[in-house]
Amino acid sequence: MLSRLVLRAAPAALRALPPPVAVGVLHTTRPLHTTQQSLAPVPPLPEKGGEVRHGLIPEEFFQFMYPKTGVTGPYMLGTGLLLYILSKEIYVINHETAAAACILTVIIYGIKKFGANVAAFADKLNEEKVATALAMKNEAMQALQTAIEEEKKEQWRVEGRSYLFDAKRNNIAMLLEANYRERLMMVYSEVKKRLDYQVAMQNLKRQKEQDYMIQWVEKNVVQSITPQQQKESIAKCIMDLKALSKSAHAAV
Amino acid sequence: LPAAVLLKDTKLMDVKLGQLGTWLAMRDFTPGGILGAMRRGYDRYYNKYINVRKGGLGGISMLLAGYIVLSYAWSYSHVKHDRRRKYH
Repeated sequence: MLSRLVLRAAPAALRALPPPVAVGVLHTTRPLHTTQQSLAPVPPLPEKGGEVRHGLIPEEFFQFMYPKTGVTGPYMLGTGLLLYILSKEIYVINHETAAAACILTVIIYGIKKFGANVAAFADKLNEEKVATALAMKNEAMQALQTAIEEEKKEQWRVEGRSYLFDAKRNNIAMLLEANYRERLMMVYSEVKKRLDYQVAMQNLKRQKEQDYMIQWVEKNVVQSITPQQQKESIAKCIMDLKALSKSAHAAV
Repeated sequence: LPAAVLLKDTKLMDVKLGQLGTWLAMRDFTPGGILGAMRRGYDRYYNKYINVRKGGLGGISMLLAGYIVLSYAWSYSHVKHDRRRKYH
């Protein structure tokens, strides 16, 4: 109990202490942690890359030339450059040109024919990757959600602990009561046993005294009957019997 | 007019033609600076054309075209001998 009091007083006492001195002084003028964490959430990838025309020239070039030369400007520029390069033989036409032409034809034909399929396939692979990652994220969120609910349920359950303690207290009280009554019963039976013993002893003694006395009286009486008395009593008996038989005869 | 932006901080597209020389001189030509510039250029190209959801052909084809042009330029002294005319 006293420990609980001390624990309750501790935080208040700690708060009353003076704040601790700064461990070291930071020699920076740059402010730290002014904005939120910039790493999360990561901004999503852009859908499509920069526009490229004919697979070679970025769209920005055409936009750059549009105000001054209109739509055909860059194409005229390309044609002029090509003619210049060819005429001055900065680009020389030789056997490699033929090889390049064949290779380029095949490549362009392949791209035009199978480009869409390959793109769809690559997109599907990407989709699967993104789907698995998303599924993992959703699962994790779901798991955390269920964990939160479980926690809330546990907190609700904690509120019932008063009932639990009451039940336990009742149990213990009953145990104590039962034990007490048991002991009471034992005491009673023991005392009764001793008292019964005393009573039985007294009875036995009384009985023995009685028996002995009766025996003694009989013995003395028998001793006191002298032979003379015996004869007299026998004669008296015979006379009585005769009288009786007479009266009996008379009755019949 | 807004407060004058330092010439050092303007982008290349905003530099006037007359200021080009001074602008070039002000650039960072230390090895660290050159590396930083290469890294920035790579990042810009990568994030614009390759690191997207549905990347197209243009991303790598531009790199390949650049490689073709560069290799032609490096081997021009060898190709020069196949010219049809000597004087143009």
